[in-house]
Amino acid sequence: MAKRTYEAGVRAYADTYWTPDYTPNDTDLLACFKVTAQAGVAREEAAAAVAAESSTGTWTTVWTDLLTDLDYYKGRAYRIEDVPGDGESFYAFIAYPIDLFEEGSVVNVLTSLVGNVFGFKALRSLRLEDIRFPAAYVITCGGPPNGIQVERDKLNKYGRGLLGCTIKPKLGLSAKNYGRAVYECLRGGLDFTKDDENINSQPFMRWRDRFTFVAEAIEKAQAETGERKGHYCNVTAPTPEEMYKRAEYAKELGMPIIMHDFLTAGFCANTGLANWCRENGLLLHIHRAMHAVLDRHPKHGVHFRVLAKCLRLSGGDHLHSGTVVGKLEGDRQATMGWIDIMRGRHNREDRARGIFFDQSWGAMPGMFPVASGGIHVWHMPALVSIFGDDAVFQFGGGTLGHPWGNAAGAAANRVALEACVAARNEGRELEREGGDVLRAAARHSPELAAAMETWKEIRFEFDTVDKLDVA
Amino acid sequence: MGEVLDYPSRLGDAQSHRHETFSYLPPMSPEQIRKQVAYIVSRGWNPAIEHSEPENAFSHYWYMWKLPMFGETDVDTILAEAAACREANPRNHVRLIGYDNDAQSQGAAMVIYRGGDRN
Repeated sequence: MAKRTYEAGVRAYADTYWTPDYTPNDTDLLACFKVTAQAGVAREEAAAAVAAESSTGTWTTVWTDLLTDLDYYKGRAYRIEDVPGDGESFYAFIAYPIDLFEEGSVVNVLTSLVGNVFGFKALRSLRLEDIRFPAAYVITCGGPPNGIQVERDKLNKYGRGLLGCTIKPKLGLSAKNYGRAVYECLRGGLDFTKDDENINSQPFMRWRDRFTFVAEAIEKAQAETGERKGHYCNVTAPTPEEMYKRAEYAKELGMPIIMHDFLTAGFCANTGLANWCRENGLLLHIHRAMHAVLDRHPKHGVHFRVLAKCLRLSGGDHLHSGTVVGKLEGDRQATMGWIDIMRGRHNREDRARGIFFDQSWGAMPGMFPVASGGIHVWHMPALVSIFGDDAVFQFGGGTLGHPWGNAAGAAANRVALEACVAARNEGRELEREGGDVLRAAARHSPELAAAMETWKEIRFEFDTVDKLDVA
Repeated sequence: MGEVLDYPSRLGDAQSHRHETFSYLPPMSPEQIRKQVAYIVSRGWNPAIEHSEPENAFSHYWYMWKLPMFGETDVDTILAEAAACREANPRNHVRLIGYDNDAQSQGAAMVIYRGGDRN
């Protein structure tokens, strides 16, 4: 016997999608949105509208609703919370049944959760703060092609963070001069150099020439130092076909690692490339151009912790995290939160770090967070203290800007890193004694002494625009 | 800044060879080695000793000195094994490792005695 009859027209969203008595299932995908509704819209109605528009709903009832079990497939707004210190916005918690999402498709999840709903007229602004991916969904995703432990084994790097450098100037070098800059950095003691994100294949330096010269630089630096090295060959390209062509050539050259920009290129391309890396044994470094467009406004967009989770599922072995101490945005506690998301096996809800949900990663490997941007040797004690060993520290200007050149700049960074790690292991407190540790190390490293002289007293003290919500 | 210094690294010069963590610092004193061993013990990692001829050091697989010292927490015992390895292989690099079995990785790895080619 039919349970419902068809009644055309518009119903309040809350009638169907506000379900405060609902207890989420372990297999539900959960989301926390920060909602700022238009004046006069009740919280429950706004939360229900978000649930509806990001799942099964449309603005009016349609007869085909009755051909399925909408009560099963609908998203459910199940909780509303105040935003600490903010009388205007509130958190809406929404549960979605796992069937709403194609397996292994971050693309599909985002198309629902951050799709049309973000332009919805009843809302002034909307921000996706966090997602809890159920373990049953996590295991349908490929994840990092290698992971931290495998990368350490392949490159033989243990007991310290890894060191990198983005080659500058960002644009305009010839391939051969570019390879020179790479060689100098690597022979000086860096583990990696990196293509800048907007180096793809411009007229002044085509990708194939760049890869070829860089490969020679790596081979010579390895033979010279006896250590394993890599350069993130950027294979970000206008089309997937071109991307794979570049990746294949990097593999042919024996390169250990390639790189990709996951937001500008998109999750479809990224997931495909991560799968290719897993098939072919290459490491994958992920840059995050465009993230600040999405994640910087505190009331609208997608929080970076969500982008980080999505990238871990899509696949990458490194992901830029911010430095806390350098030139770019990053509240310390919030950064610690998404670093946990990148590396942890199981994240616990921790509002002090902006983590809204427990998140199990199952057997999925972790990624190295990459601290890059405006950092130099004086930041090293704080970086080692904040990030620990499972991180990549990238000094661009802080390597290339050394008065004696890249090799000396690289050596200065390597000495500073090793001195800080050795001191930490000896039980010294780096954030208090870091200056003494560096000064002592500089006594046997003229390169470090010169770096410390060049960059002394440089600080970056601007207010964070996107702070954690606290009362 | 005044004078620019040349970076003294040359292909084929064994003095230019490094061996990963702490190889850009001066050789460790006995007291410094002791503290690193104590750190490995304090982390609950399993200490191990490996060694290699300097010319074969690029290989992932160095010679194990006996077996990893599973469960060993006495710093003096660990140091004695490292010294015994060095005594038996005076030309070789000797590496101290802390196996972190939770991470399925090495939490620490460092050359504590540098072999013939570099000091």
